[in-house]
Amino acid sequence: MSGFLHQLLSGLATGGIYASIALALVMIYQATHHINFAQGNMAMFSTYIAWQLFTWGVPYWAAFVITLAISFLAGAIIERVLVRPVEKSSILAAVMVFIGLLLVFNSLAGAFFDYQLKQVASPFPDNAWYGGTYMSAHEVGTIFITFIVLILVFAFFRFTPMGLAMRAAAQNPVSSRLVGVRVSSMLAIGWGLAGAIGAVAGIMAAPTVGLEPNMMNGVLLYGFAGALLGGIDNAWGAVIGGFLIGVMENLAGAYVVGSSLKLSVALVVVVLVLILRPSGLFGRVLTTRV
Amino acid sequence: MTALLQTLALDAAYGPTHVLHGVDLEVEEGGITTLLGANGAGKTTALRAICNMMVKMRGEIRFAGTRIDSLATEDIVRLGVAHVPDGRGTFVNLTVEENLRLGAYTRRDRAGVAQDFERIYGYFPRLKERRRQQAGTLSGGEQQMLAISRALMLRPKLLLLDEPSFGLAPLIVQEIFRILRAINQRERVSMLLVEQNANIALELADHAYLLETGTVVIKGPAATISADESVRRAYLGY
Repeated sequence: MSGFLHQLLSGLATGGIYASIALALVMIYQATHHINFAQGNMAMFSTYIAWQLFTWGVPYWAAFVITLAISFLAGAIIERVLVRPVEKSSILAAVMVFIGLLLVFNSLAGAFFDYQLKQVASPFPDNAWYGGTYMSAHEVGTIFITFIVLILVFAFFRFTPMGLAMRAAAQNPVSSRLVGVRVSSMLAIGWGLAGAIGAVAGIMAAPTVGLEPNMMNGVLLYGFAGALLGGIDNAWGAVIGGFLIGVMENLAGAYVVGSSLKLSVALVVVVLVLILRPSGLFGRVLTTRV
Repeated sequence: MTALLQTLALDAAYGPTHVLHGVDLEVEEGGITTLLGANGAGKTTALRAICNMMVKMRGEIRFAGTRIDSLATEDIVRLGVAHVPDGRGTFVNLTVEENLRLGAYTRRDRAGVAQDFERIYGYFPRLKERRRQQAGTLSGGEQQMLAISRALMLRPKLLLLDEPSFGLAPLIVQEIFRILRAINQRERVSMLLVEQNANIALELADHAYLLETGTVVIKGPAATISADESVRRAYLGY
């Protein structure tokens, strides 16, 4: 029983990382109807930036904040420079850009920082009071950080004028321009936020999975599966989906298929959801009266 | 009276399809001008060209004395031009209140915005009742009221209205036009009204233009046009 509880709770910790990636994917999807396949590798590259700052001796949380700021800027610049030119062309052109980005970040990371696995410290010491039998301190800390990020993101979208403008721009770009919202800036900010959220996921994942250029490949798949499971058009759903995938993956790895096959669990979930409920568990269907 | 909005030799096209040919229009400060014409005459296109939205255009557009024809839609809005588009342009997944807040997106005077919520709920009490509802769940008439209200939240100098009567029951149309008149009189908001319902539009407007396949064929005071039986028969169908 305690073994089960342990698997369940540590599944929540990895689920938080998937939930963050799922949220980043959904943010870009809602605005542009594209899945950013490079989201995972952008997060990986952000993690390298954090690692570089750590090794230069920058205090942990300062480095954390600086990394988030850099990731935000990088995301916004990528949208402006690389994504905008293909925004109006075919979906294949956009997919090509995303795949290109994925490979570019992978090789840039390899070129700058080499392919050796690097250890990244956790900011949550092993012997901290909140660590215990069922969850390590890092797992508790990861869940805590994930929740803070989620609350901040949702508060931003729910309570600030810019958050409202971003929701409006994603939903109805033409009307948004008619009320004076600069839709293209909103897209860039969306990419920036997605980049920053991804960076949190990467930094939190690194102490467990280790830092190397392919560290986020699996996480991206799990995050994508979570987003699809919860409903790709619904941020809350995607986040819950991310947590569910984390728990499922952990339990399946421990009790059903073994850890070497657990990545396939994510793929099976993606396929099943697409067959049984294409809009996801919480995907909404809005009825409109005219 | 001086013209608040003026177009000179306005041409507009969607890609290779030319829709407007050399249209000269004027809306007077504090006045209501209506733009009449059959389906496909170019009425909606004229409004879109003024806002630089979705059309390619040539010619000159002046608003309050300055050229706006090379400005982006978002900047034209900031000058005080509010557009109630064809199909109402409601943000259906947002609440009524959020739709209105978006209308005031470019404003920084919080107190004024708060006042305007009350002012607009005064004109349209039904929107107040439904302010927490998703806009997509409103009836057609309520959505039209919401679209007009969203535009008013800008505190515009000029309101561009694209067929506010479209698809609505006659009683609701009358209510909406009564409120438009009140807004024009009390707040001196100038309006450019595109309509197929010529009868009610001519009642509200002081000036009228008649468009046919992208050119102005008749213009003049609304009263003169509605009194001219030959014009009514030939173009307005009543």
